[in-house]
Amino acid sequence: MDIALLFRFEIIVAILIFALIAGALFDFGMKAKPFVFTMNILLFVTFLIGFLPIPEGYYFSEFFRSSGLIVLQKNIINLGVLLISLTSYNWLIKSDERLEFYVLMLCSVLGVYLMLSSGNVLMLYLGIEMSSIPIAAMSNLNLRERRSSEAGTKLILSSSFSTGIMLFGISLLYGAVGDLSFTHVLANINPDSLTIFAFVLIISGFAFKMSIVPFHLWTADVYEGSPVPVSNFLSVISKGSVVFIFLTVLYTLFGKLQEEWLYAITILSILSMTIGNLFALRQMNAKRFLAFSSIAQVGFVLVGMAGASDVSVTSVVYFILIYMLSNIAAFGVIGAVNDKTGSESLNKFKGLYKSNPFLALMMAIALFSLAGVPPVAGFFAKLFLLAAGFKSGIYVLLAFAGVNLVLSLYNYLRVVKYMFIDETNEPLEKIQPATTLKIALYACLIGLIVFSFAGPFFNYIHSLSI
Amino acid sequence: MNILLLLLIIPLLSITGVLVTPRGKFTKWIALAGSILQLIAAIGITINYVNLRKAGDTAQMLFQSSYDWFTPLNIAFSLGVDGISLLMILLTAVVVVAGILVSWKIEKQVKEFFFLIILLSLSAYGFFMTTNLFVLFFFLELAVVPKYLLIGMWGSGKKEYSAMKLALMLMFGSALVFLGISGLYYMAGKYGGNYTWNILMLSQINLPVQIQEVLYVLLFVGFGVFTAMFPFHTWAPDGHSSAPTAASMFLAGISMKLGGYGILRVATYLLPAGAQQLSWIFIILASIAIMYGAFATLMQKDLKYMNAYSSVSHCGFVILGIAMVTKVAFTGAVMQMVSHGIMTALFFASIGMIYDRAHTRQANELGGILKQIPFIGTAFIISGLCSLGLPGFSGFVSEMTIFIGSWERTGLFYRIATIIACASIVVTAVYILRAIGFAIWGSIKTKEFLLLKDASWSERGAAILLIAGIIIIGIAPFLVTNLIDADTSAIYSRFLSVSNL
Repeated sequence: MDIALLFRFEIIVAILIFALIAGALFDFGMKAKPFVFTMNILLFVTFLIGFLPIPEGYYFSEFFRSSGLIVLQKNIINLGVLLISLTSYNWLIKSDERLEFYVLMLCSVLGVYLMLSSGNVLMLYLGIEMSSIPIAAMSNLNLRERRSSEAGTKLILSSSFSTGIMLFGISLLYGAVGDLSFTHVLANINPDSLTIFAFVLIISGFAFKMSIVPFHLWTADVYEGSPVPVSNFLSVISKGSVVFIFLTVLYTLFGKLQEEWLYAITILSILSMTIGNLFALRQMNAKRFLAFSSIAQVGFVLVGMAGASDVSVTSVVYFILIYMLSNIAAFGVIGAVNDKTGSESLNKFKGLYKSNPFLALMMAIALFSLAGVPPVAGFFAKLFLLAAGFKSGIYVLLAFAGVNLVLSLYNYLRVVKYMFIDETNEPLEKIQPATTLKIALYACLIGLIVFSFAGPFFNYIHSLSI
Repeated sequence: MNILLLLLIIPLLSITGVLVTPRGKFTKWIALAGSILQLIAAIGITINYVNLRKAGDTAQMLFQSSYDWFTPLNIAFSLGVDGISLLMILLTAVVVVAGILVSWKIEKQVKEFFFLIILLSLSAYGFFMTTNLFVLFFFLELAVVPKYLLIGMWGSGKKEYSAMKLALMLMFGSALVFLGISGLYYMAGKYGGNYTWNILMLSQINLPVQIQEVLYVLLFVGFGVFTAMFPFHTWAPDGHSSAPTAASMFLAGISMKLGGYGILRVATYLLPAGAQQLSWIFIILASIAIMYGAFATLMQKDLKYMNAYSSVSHCGFVILGIAMVTKVAFTGAVMQMVSHGIMTALFFASIGMIYDRAHTRQANELGGILKQIPFIGTAFIISGLCSLGLPGFSGFVSEMTIFIGSWERTGLFYRIATIIACASIVVTAVYILRAIGFAIWGSIKTKEFLLLKDASWSERGAAILLIAGIIIIGIAPFLVTNLIDADTSAIYSRFLSVSNL
């Protein structure tokens, strides 16, 4: 029973994957709507199982690690996957590649689980690879569109290249330290040149996955070319999970090198925030806009990480949860508008409040959360990161973070302006959002408001991370 | 339950009422009922406060309570008021009632409009009643988006540009404020022993002078952006003029006072050594604001722009008072905040009423208003006379107090600043009398103006409420000064202890 509880997520997801593949091979042939409905139920069950009690510790000679924080992170990922599946209803019904979507997504999620609970750098690498390869195939799932294939190709090529570099770094780390389990590395690492070089290479690999400038060049094109659910997944699950594991890498693996990595993280953060916000200024494609905005958001997360204060881990986990809810809501609305009009241009959002007040309000709340405006939880998430980053004592970083608060506000207010203030000659018709989309949007809304005022949840995360 | 929470609960109930009822009919009545209840609650709390003080309670703040919110970061929803906060809460309540009454004739998207106005008032109440700096910042930021939407959706003129400029500049100010308060939090931990956001606990800690100087400048400039301090005042003319009437009243009447209160309570009270060293910078900026604002107003032909620049000038008095660092000057600054708040609300209300009828705000196109719509004309004249400091109205009392307080600082620099500030009254008189002469007196310029209708019951109600406020403070200023005497002493006493070190 213990093993089952320990591996509950992995077991369920693996069973699901095999069931789906078997279903495809033996052509059980479910119709679209019941299939999507069943998948949603199963994903919800997976999410609920996350609340069962947790055994902690290291298993399989430290290849698998379990702790309260890791289970919380996995459950956040589960919530994200569930919400993505709910918001993608229309696309899934219309697409012929439903099954492939779910299989690939679940494979990626399994990789995420292994990555999050890794106790050994090799397992970490396996998890990252397993989570990123299916996404490249997912990017291609709009089979009849050229830019979807372009996105898939770009993603697989650059992803493989970056993990190659990371593997090189890992091999150098092995040479420097002797064994790759986290506890061994933590005990034996010292800041000599081989280790620092390994660190640079490993950081480069992670920076690619997190879309940190200057490793971000793939982001906008891939987000634009992929179908909306896949962009959603990329921006939230893929990015969020790598941020989670990056916390471990910075604080546990390379904790002793803090003086060395502090300035590196500072520069990466400043670059990401500024370039992300500046490039988003000119975007008229909704998905590209969110791509650059997510680059800026991760830059902001790095501010919190640079601080290395006792609330850093808590703030980052809290931020990723809130960011996830906001981004899923935003992509959900973009998906709904795209399904109706076939266009992803922000011009289609003009006058959205008059024609579709519900969608416009949800989008506005998601954007306010991303901008960091009260009373939604994004305010607290962003400011906790800033407060945590204060401990680093690097005032240039904080100054840039302050400037970027203003820049990002402009970006998000620009879209709010289109929806609420601008008028258009071709108003959108009334979009009837799918029931599951409505459920997901309400869930995001409730989450964003509740997590603002529910201090106990933040305190709970803090108790886990110490 | 802390009675201060009433001032948060009533707006929340009003918001729910506004959102839930079907469009149109009841929205305005619910909003009005809510705001009148808030006014009654505010007056009740004030009476309660005065009685508690008479009974001998000498704690610095009354009605204190604290609810833990985010414990790892020591953020607690802690409440507490003293005389200054209460005065600002009363100001907010009065201006909100007046604002809602003036907006009675709104046709477009009524629900959303009143929702945003009530949200703004909620943010103001929360700002004034909290003693935790993070929560203070929460309420400060809460107001940004409602302001943007109010100006962008219901405004006039170049509303999108003004709204965006206002939102971005205020966010810039907020970013500086947040850096300042985070600095206070961390430095309190480093030098004082415990990390805290609480204003009362922070006031017990003495930080090193260099740190105080940096934080003082950050916080003063950050809050100063909200008070339209020169050179960060550029959002004010466009923002106030493009906004709909109620939003202008709120912006100029209350929102600019958020900055003034922040400068007094956070920048000056918590960082006395920094204030002693560096307040001269802000005396210069305030004097420039006073003079430049006055002269810029002279150049304006649009009545709303005139009032907006005049607000820059009058809020310069507030900043001057706080930067002069004497007890009387602090008292004057608080009084000027209240007085200017009510006066400018009345001014914007009258201009809004004129604009609704005549569809123009250009002073040279109007004329002879007094004959046709005497009530509105009189309200305009009263607000103008209060603005130029006519005795009997509140403007005179507050400006005199600031001058006397500033004159207490000997030294050529301070004397010059005080003289410049006094001299601006002449310029104020010029532009006010000119505006009145053009717009209100004289002969009627346009034939259609002969058909103008005078104020409706709601507009009369708003104007009478505001005029009552101006006259009460003007004739019985001791009511105000008795309320805040102990608190300005408390703030000033930090400077006495600092200079004794």
